[in-house]
Amino acid sequence: MLLTKSDVVNILDDIVKIVEDNRQYLTELDAAIGDADHGINLDRGFKAVRDKMPQFSDKDIGAILKNVGMVLVSTVGGASGPLYGTFFMRMGNVVSGKNTLDENDIIAMFEAGLSGIKERGKAQAGDKTMIDAMEPALNELKRALSEGRGLKEAIEAAANDAYNGVLMTKDIAAKKGRASYLGERSIGHQDPGATSAYLMIKTVADYVDKLQQ
Amino acid sequence: MKKLINNPEEVVKEMASGLLYAYPTYLRKLDNVDVVVRKSSPVEGKVGLVSGGGSGHEPAHAGYVGKGMLDAACLGAVFTSPTPDQIYEAIKAVDGGKGVLLIIKNYTGDVMNFEMAKEMAEMDGIKVSEVIVNDDVAVENSTYTQGRRGIAGTVFVHKIAGAKAEEGAELEEVKEVAEKVIKNLRSMGMAFTPCIVPAAGKPSFTLDEDEIEIGIGIHGEPGTHRENIKNAKEIVAELMDKIVSDLPFNDGDEVALMVNGLGATPLSELFIANKEVNEYLMGKNINIYKTFVGEYMTSLEMSGFSITLLKLDDELKGLLDASADTPAFKQL
Repeated sequence: MLLTKSDVVNILDDIVKIVEDNRQYLTELDAAIGDADHGINLDRGFKAVRDKMPQFSDKDIGAILKNVGMVLVSTVGGASGPLYGTFFMRMGNVVSGKNTLDENDIIAMFEAGLSGIKERGKAQAGDKTMIDAMEPALNELKRALSEGRGLKEAIEAAANDAYNGVLMTKDIAAKKGRASYLGERSIGHQDPGATSAYLMIKTVADYVDKLQQ
Repeated sequence: MKKLINNPEEVVKEMASGLLYAYPTYLRKLDNVDVVVRKSSPVEGKVGLVSGGGSGHEPAHAGYVGKGMLDAACLGAVFTSPTPDQIYEAIKAVDGGKGVLLIIKNYTGDVMNFEMAKEMAEMDGIKVSEVIVNDDVAVENSTYTQGRRGIAGTVFVHKIAGAKAEEGAELEEVKEVAEKVIKNLRSMGMAFTPCIVPAAGKPSFTLDEDEIEIGIGIHGEPGTHRENIKNAKEIVAELMDKIVSDLPFNDGDEVALMVNGLGATPLSELFIANKEVNEYLMGKNINIYKTFVGEYMTSLEMSGFSITLLKLDDELKGLLDASADTPAFKQL
């Protein structure tokens, strides 16, 4: 199964909506352990993506994703701006010039994006960050695809593992970002960054699911 | 939410406009980005100083743009670090040929955004150095944290590095003195009430009537622990015990002292705190060389305060005493 350029644009549009719908929820999660702006900042960034999309939606997928990354970096601020910005820019880099994506492209994009986040944030799995949703999702995606389970099922499984990663962040203390200043007091609270990462992965899964129906 | 605003989305823009109307002889704004620079920038032959952070800490940071302190302040969204493109424009606007020093508070977002901007400016051939302020002793260096936060003590870094730059020092020398300040700088704060970020519309955390939050940062984020309200003397003693033992400050040391309001603490109470800090330090035979009481690094309307001590030597004293002329910090 291939994803086309218009699928990518549609998925980005769905992400804008999911972030908008969860603006308050993400901000409340952040209020408990951070500084209460995660949803507000992401919503500002993805609204800017929607506004600027017409300027680059006719380019190739790589260019679209790089532009999305640049818009996020220059509008979100905080820690999530450089992190999500880097994620989209790195994804764009590995699919430069392409107008369709196959399963290998999707794995390569996700891998490049995640390693960008790890470099930029100097974080790893278990630090109570977005990586705790993304890494298990990537591992599951690769495993499911290598077993030949098909994109729809693989992304759905990846989203499930991302969700389990989000739940796991409740049980651990933060080692990165503002929440880290709470140390043990951050235990019991779900990480807002992992939550927003899960929401985006889930959005991709839901889109692919609809596509195959 | 009761606030003197028009629209939560326009707070930073409108605040910046009002700031520029108030201080037209000091400041100008760069086109299309929320960056405020010294009217005369770039100052030829002077190292440029760029700082900034989320808005909501007024008068920090734009209030410290002017002679003897900063050349540019980047205004992020409320409590959110500015973006790399903003900081990049600031660096370009203040580079007078001798390079630019970035003064960054140690928050993950600030560090990442400033470092991305630094990479961008270096690609243009601009010399850029950075220092990261981490004066908050509330949070121990532990496996959990990325080092300590930068809070109100940052103003002393602006002042002293600014004075050094104004003397015509080289980038390395300005960075060196800024690092000396950071090494000798310790702060800690507490809050009585939370604040409301306009875009969120409700308090960032809640405290019962008889509770206080100790070790608060400057973003309304929770502190290290919560306890029952006690009197000014006891609160000051709790903060001072942590601050003084941390460097540590010793018998015979000379210090600069800042008692900083977080936005909603009356000056009368800050003076009461200052009396307690003075008596505490007298008891330890630590001599206060210069005292600053007021609002230097606020957290919107959060009620509470922070104490900062900077251990001085002759060089730091001279630079602290040097003249400065900015909207929020003037010294003859």
